Amino acid sequence: MIKNPAIRFDNVSRHFGEIKAVHQVDLEIGDGEFFSMLGPSGSGKTTCLRMIAGFDRPSEGKIFLYDQDVSSLPPYERPVNTVFQDYALFPHMTIEDNIAYGLMIKGMPKIKRMKRVDEMLNLVRLPGFGYRKPSQLSGGQRQRVALARALINQPKVLLLDEPLGALDLKLRQQMQVELKNIQREVGITFIFVTHDQEEAITMSDRIAVFSEGKIEQVGSPSDIYERPATEFVAGFVGTSNLVSGEIAKRATGSAKTFSIRPEKIHLGFDGDTPAVGMAALDGTVREVVYLGLYTRYLVEIEGGVDLVVIEQNLKTTSMDVLSAKGQKVKLSWHPDHISHLGS
Amino acid sequence: MLNRISTYFYRRPRLVLAIFLAPPILYMLVVYLGSLFSLLINSFYSIDDFTGIIVREFTLRTYAQIFNPANREIFLRTASMAAIVTVVDAMLAFPLAYYIAKFASRRLKTWLLIGVTIPLWSSYLVRVYAWKLILAKEGILSWFIDLFHLTGVLDWLLSFPAIGGSSLSLSPIGMFIVFVYIWLPYMIIPIQTALERVPASLLEASSDLGAKPFQTFRNVILPLAFPGVVAGSIFTFSLTLGDFIVPLTLGNSKFFVGQAVFSYQGTGGNIPLAAAMTMGPVLIMVAYLLIARKLGAFDAL
Repeated sequence: MIKNPAIRFDNVSRHFGEIKAVHQVDLEIGDGEFFSMLGPSGSGKTTCLRMIAGFDRPSEGKIFLYDQDVSSLPPYERPVNTVFQDYALFPHMTIEDNIAYGLMIKGMPKIKRMKRVDEMLNLVRLPGFGYRKPSQLSGGQRQRVALARALINQPKVLLLDEPLGALDLKLRQQMQVELKNIQREVGITFIFVTHDQEEAITMSDRIAVFSEGKIEQVGSPSDIYERPATEFVAGFVGTSNLVSGEIAKRATGSAKTFSIRPEKIHLGFDGDTPAVGMAALDGTVREVVYLGLYTRYLVEIEGGVDLVVIEQNLKTTSMDVLSAKGQKVKLSWHPDHISHLGS
Repeated sequence: MLNRISTYFYRRPRLVLAIFLAPPILYMLVVYLGSLFSLLINSFYSIDDFTGIIVREFTLRTYAQIFNPANREIFLRTASMAAIVTVVDAMLAFPLAYYIAKFASRRLKTWLLIGVTIPLWSSYLVRVYAWKLILAKEGILSWFIDLFHLTGVLDWLLSFPAIGGSSLSLSPIGMFIVFVYIWLPYMIIPIQTALERVPASLLEASSDLGAKPFQTFRNVILPLAFPGVVAGSIFTFSLTLGDFIVPLTLGNSKFFVGQAVFSYQGTGGNIPLAAAMTMGPVLIMVAYLLIARKLGAFDAL
């Protein structure tokens, strides 16, 4: 239980005919949190965001915003604002008028709102851009205008729908840091929808992983990464090796399915004995992919399963690693680094 | 052999372009602009009042005739009708276009668009004559109005000298109804196209930023659909301005521009005056199009 949650989903479902876009979701998002909804497309994360904004209404259940039931309020009566995936800037208005739109609707006098617009333009580092039209701006700049247009209304919660999806990698990484800084500065609850697990891990205080209309796991980035609760989370967030049955028993003494991250596995070549207390399995290197910074190995364990192992190329060169193909190896890892999975 | 011909043309892309473009360009220059040009020249000739023979000498006398009170009134009458028809068409078309563009399901949209364009499949003349019967004194519309005991209202409307007449089919009101009906599809389609291009997220963004539905309409939908309205008005305005069938079939004996041109060049044999009168609507439309281009209307066509 979170004290005074900004957003609370109480058994919320959204069905489109036969399709269960969101099914019986319970969720609490804390005040001031940077919260990410992570999942593949069609997992229900965007529908959840749209229900908070008011563009969609729950088929069942209730949504609370600071203990007020907002489930049936229209978007224009909710103290939340959205940054859209396609930015949705009004093409016929200047940047200034775009940002001031919410204040103009509220009836704030022009002089007052232009002062606020200047403050916002400074916050998103676009001073002097007020007189341009959206079409004269680059993707990253439009993104920041969309952010300013939402934040100027001082919403209780800011919703961001894959806002970085259309940017190239470098700009995206830069915006990730910037968004995080702005969130700290304004102190508003941010709810961030993304399908990019790296983005979610970098920016969030907490993450909810969605799959097929349900939440698989809610937790901090390290929880999600190091202790995936389900097979889906283990597979969707980063790469994971799933081990079950006979081989699991050989490694841990129990047949229960567990997951282990590729970088947590130590690759021991002949004569290299694993340290005391490490779990171990014997295998043969089947594939070697040299990737510069690190090397990815595919190791076949006796008894059938293939495990992915990643080793940094700290002391090795491409010549060394490529010659590993076909060699017998001993895989070992610290027992704390595995995660037992639920269904 | 075929290969060699292909290669020959492949190496000469400009020749290929010329071959493809020559027919339409010739058509545009000779038939289209050529006839307009001959119209322009004719408008500078005059007619000998006594013999009725065209004097092929440059003069502005014919243009001067346009400004006599009778002809000025014809222009004013036609332009007012065109303007009112345009405004009413826009007001009728907008809600329907909005519904088609933003609310109708894919299936319904197809049917509605077919419904809107279906009148264009039948002859325009047939439709005008059909309306003549509908609007006639013993026609179905009068019968319908009588059903609601509103004949008194109709008679009262028809008693106004400027717009009335002995029956709907013989009054400017009747002409107005038919013009509005006939050009309505030309207004609906461009508005619908313009609205179709307004992303749903813009409307959501407006609502998200606190705008109530009518504020969203006023601040986002209307400005973005406006080029479509202007595009539609080009059609309704210019088509009304030049039409002669409707005033000839319906309405009273007062001339419209198209009708005047029709009678000057036909029975009157006064080609120069007909040409000069045609240049009026042409100039009005050129000015209109220049303004429309400024407003971005051509992006919506």
